[in-house]
Amino acid sequence: MDRKEIIDRLKPIIKTYAPAQVKEKLEELTEDADFIQDLYINSANLVDIILDVEEEFNITIDNESMEKMLTVKASIDIIITKLSEK
Amino acid sequence: MEFMDLKEIQSSLPYLPPFLFVDELQHVDEVSAIGTFTFKSTLDFYKGHFKDIPVTPGVILTETMAQIGVVCLGIYLLRNEPPNRGQFVMTSAAVDFLKPVLPGEKVTVSSEKVYFRFNKLKCAVKMQNSKQEIVCAGTISGKIIKS
Repeated sequence: MDRKEIIDRLKPIIKTYAPAQVKEKLEELTEDADFIQDLYINSANLVDIILDVEEEFNITIDNESMEKMLTVKASIDIIITKLSEK
Repeated sequence: MEFMDLKEIQSSLPYLPPFLFVDELQHVDEVSAIGTFTFKSTLDFYKGHFKDIPVTPGVILTETMAQIGVVCLGIYLLRNEPPNRGQFVMTSAAVDFLKPVLPGEKVTVSSEKVYFRFNKLKCAVKMQNSKQEIVCAGTISGKIIKS
């Protein structure tokens, strides 16, 4: 799975938890986006995103990885790592 | 500490009157909690909500559901962790209000854990009046914050 495919599968998950003004801009979502700073997702909703990511990609995210998943880029890196460990 | 009794959970709650909304915690286990609270007619907010028509505010019902359903359950789930682990704060609530709660009414809150992961506890919570009618219900989440 390449990075583009991963980001396309992340968009609908993020859309569920992002506020309205961010939802409109999600088509232009880049890897640099920071969940809290740029997408206005609070740290508790970030947990919901990560649980949805686990389901979408059929992977398990550990605490240490979870703490790193603050940007789209870091999340893609961790998803790729977890997929390769399967 | 493997065992934690209901009184112990109640005394660990980080609230005091007039913002303590747990009278009796009746049951707690790994996945659920049940407790009661009576809204005494002397509570201060009835003077202003609403003018001449006292009704318990939805925010207070939500807080009552959070204290019994999320925080009491959360304290139990953390019973084997170090005491300085932090405390639960509410991070989101989506609640539907179905019936008014009038001064003097006793309510029973029951909650079921949806998940507890990455320090976030999400619960499905409902509140019933003395006729067993559901007065409000929804989903409330809390997160452990280092105090």
